[in-house]
Amino acid sequence: MPANYLPGSTDPAALAVALADVGYLADQGLAVAGFLALRLHRPVFLEGDAGVGKTAFAAAMAEAAGVELIRLQCYEGLDAAQALYDWDFPRQVLHLRAVEAAARAAADGPVTADDLEADLYDRRFLLARPLLRAIEQAPCVLLIDEVDRADDEFEAFLLELLADNAVTIPELGRIAAAEPPFVVVTSNRTREVHDALKRRCFYHWVGHPSPEREAAIIKVRLPEVSERLAGQVAAAMARFRELDLVKPPGVAEAIDWAAALGALGTDTLSEELAAATLGAVLKVREDIDRVLALGALDDG
Amino acid sequence: MADLLAGLVLACRRAGVPATLDRVQAMYRALDVAGLDQLYWVGRLTLCGSPDDVARYDQAFTSFAGLLDDAPARGTPWQIRRLPERSLLQTAQSRGEASEGDPGLAVQAHDEEVLRHRDLATLSDVERREAVALLKLGARVRPTRPGRRYRPWHRGPVDARRTVRAMLRAGGEPRPLARRRRKPRPRRLVLLLDISGSMSPYADALLRLAHVLVRNRPRWTEVYTLGTRLTRVTPTLRVRDVEVALRETGQAIPDWRGGTRLADTLTTFLRRDGHRGTARRAVVVVFSDGWERGDPAPLGAAAAHIRRLAAKLIWVSPHAARAGFAPTAGGLAAVVPHVDALVAGHTVAAIEALLQEVNDA
Repeated sequence: MPANYLPGSTDPAALAVALADVGYLADQGLAVAGFLALRLHRPVFLEGDAGVGKTAFAAAMAEAAGVELIRLQCYEGLDAAQALYDWDFPRQVLHLRAVEAAARAAADGPVTADDLEADLYDRRFLLARPLLRAIEQAPCVLLIDEVDRADDEFEAFLLELLADNAVTIPELGRIAAAEPPFVVVTSNRTREVHDALKRRCFYHWVGHPSPEREAAIIKVRLPEVSERLAGQVAAAMARFRELDLVKPPGVAEAIDWAAALGALGTDTLSEELAAATLGAVLKVREDIDRVLALGALDDG
Repeated sequence: MADLLAGLVLACRRAGVPATLDRVQAMYRALDVAGLDQLYWVGRLTLCGSPDDVARYDQAFTSFAGLLDDAPARGTPWQIRRLPERSLLQTAQSRGEASEGDPGLAVQAHDEEVLRHRDLATLSDVERREAVALLKLGARVRPTRPGRRYRPWHRGPVDARRTVRAMLRAGGEPRPLARRRRKPRPRRLVLLLDISGSMSPYADALLRLAHVLVRNRPRWTEVYTLGTRLTRVTPTLRVRDVEVALRETGQAIPDWRGGTRLADTLTTFLRRDGHRGTARRAVVVVFSDGWERGDPAPLGAAAAHIRRLAAKLIWVSPHAARAGFAPTAGGLAAVVPHVDALVAGHTVAAIEALLQEVNDA
């Protein structure tokens, strides 16, 4: 077995500690998922509301392991040319013209077509996109972000790549990863991702953290924010999430809010300040109205 | 130990967790690495595939772990709140709710009162003709939207990749420009069927229509029923045999012919699925007479929200066909400013007009 990522992580608790060192507080389930993925070389599939720390987990893993994070943001219409590799066509044409000109100048007989073709489909004319880069550069952390936004054709294509950690390029041959990259796949569940993909991963549903954990996360991310403010923000978030809002705020919003309040130089959350900065937490007008109408900021 | 694990797998399967063989193998391998004290998480990470599965797994694990004497209840409140309502989780209390919602029209929703159907053989000639006509109409419904992927086309913007490929094949000589266009993608169709007492004369036909449309494009059609609560019935409607599909759907609906809480159920739809993706860029068709007992304002707000998400919101009210009809019923008046089309849909001809609206989206 080649060099492992995070060799110090002999059990999930050790991995959680390593992640905490880089400022990511993983709950037990996520630590177990990360640990198993490290040891068994399976991708982690993270699903959950926006802003609960799915993407941040991949970044923290990369930082903790000291390897590069390669991110592929998915969107509708994403295809192999943008995700995997593409040929650098303008350079190929230029090369072709240059060879022709050189051959004419040298006048030592035409270049054979085979040579020329082998020349054109050389590695230097290949543009590596995130997936190929991850295969070539491994060890690294490959983040396939918001896979639910890509079409389902793309999932099928991903399956092939994740199964053997290798890419076959017809003109070049097979490029295999020296060591499988640590793969994190995230989804916001805007559509159901195909079961075939999830089956090959460790599936983890990332829920909202408890108020205590959330306060701890705010403290870790924003050391300048007072203990008291972090606690109050976390408590307010817990109340918001019980209000059945259109878009329940995630941890990312809690951190934004605490940062906004910190920037205003306060260390307690008063009702007026909360109302004034509510835009950092709630991004749907109906939600803001609802929170204000129900007086959910009252004891905040 | 192996027996115990097999017991857990069995309990999970009974609870509806997709514990297939490869998933179970993955669980065993992971247990080797992580150790038995992580059994809860290892099982959850390997056997589950959706938040629903997680809730079912939790259920199975607690009942199973009764044997193991460490059974902390897991799962966050969020997961419990967002779980789709399933008939097997319906309690007696919810039935009470169903009938109290609208005492004037209430027909008690009992277990035995599932949808009763006649098969095509016992339909009258008129009904059979209508059913066949529905089938034909449904097959033509194919709303599309512009996709992000391209296909070769004879005009349109230049396709650089294909052009240069052709050029390379020709030894670098210029070739005619290749062109491309966006490939159309299917547009999702979301049907929201009001199955409360006041809509009961149409409910049977609506479910038939929904079945035709779901069978027509299973991946791109979603069906929910609205009564006192929201029920997603797409999975049961995917069954090929119409009688089986309708029977199972009838059993899956807990509030058949009960009252309506239209604003609440529409809002639930938005919170649960609509806002996060199901209604986005879709054609949303609501079949309802818009009969709302309480304040119509929340209903109007929900309709406006759907309108902002969807490509088109079509409201189908059987009363819209009546001569001298004006949308004055409390709920309907609140909804009308936000809909793209208000159509009748009470006869086959009217449904044809409705499906034309859908196709035009």
